[in-house]
Amino acid sequence: MSESDVITLTYAISPDDFTRAGEASSDVKGKLKQMGVCPEAVRKVAIAMYEGEINMVIHARGGEITVNITPKQIEMILADAGPGIPDVELAMKAGFSTAPDEIRSLGFGAGMGLPNMQKYSDEMKIDTVIGKGTTIFMKVNILPAS
Amino acid sequence: MTVQELIDSGLFITVNQGDQLDKEITKPFCCDLLSIAMGRAPEGCAWITVMGNLNTLAVASLTETACVILAEGSVLDDAAAKKASEQKITVLKTEMPVFDAAQAVWKRLAAS
Repeated sequence: MSESDVITLTYAISPDDFTRAGEASSDVKGKLKQMGVCPEAVRKVAIAMYEGEINMVIHARGGEITVNITPKQIEMILADAGPGIPDVELAMKAGFSTAPDEIRSLGFGAGMGLPNMQKYSDEMKIDTVIGKGTTIFMKVNILPAS
Repeated sequence: MTVQELIDSGLFITVNQGDQLDKEITKPFCCDLLSIAMGRAPEGCAWITVMGNLNTLAVASLTETACVILAEGSVLDDAAAKKASEQKITVLKTEMPVFDAAQAVWKRLAAS
């Protein structure tokens, strides 16, 4: 793979389908492993992307995830047409959650989704418009093999 | 201690035998909130929880947990049982409370 090569993967995330939530992240994880990407970066991408995927199912009626893989980094773009995030700063606070009770009963809604996404990505940017949707960009750097 | 050695110890009942039986268990990890487990579960841990749903398995797989141990007599629901088998994730169960289960794993690890 030369430096200019990009592999792009796209996934449609189904709304309200918890049985399938995590499939896209698992698929990306499997592909990155096959490509020989360092395990640390694979784990970071898997965690950050899974949290995003779950958020899209819980809050945004699904959406689309695009993953661009280059030799130096993995970029994830998570786009939804959900309700938007009214207060991004508050939403980023560990422990803050607007997830309904039935979601909490599944073990989610601890208010760790966005904080985990930030923790496990090397760069993260949130573009959100109330009533239109949210797009989250995340990047994970691939460390050179030591 | 590998996953196989934990199974062979007879401490827990095997619900599903996965495909990474020679994986070394690093430590026990206890958590029922999946988002916290997602961020904190150490790779190779024996994850002790009472949550036996599909999402538990997704988190176990993504965090590279060595095995899941269902404590307090909790069980996998039907969809999760099918997924554990398909994804070849080792799932064990016990009537023990979470702390006792973790302590049992810890003692084995210390002795191995």
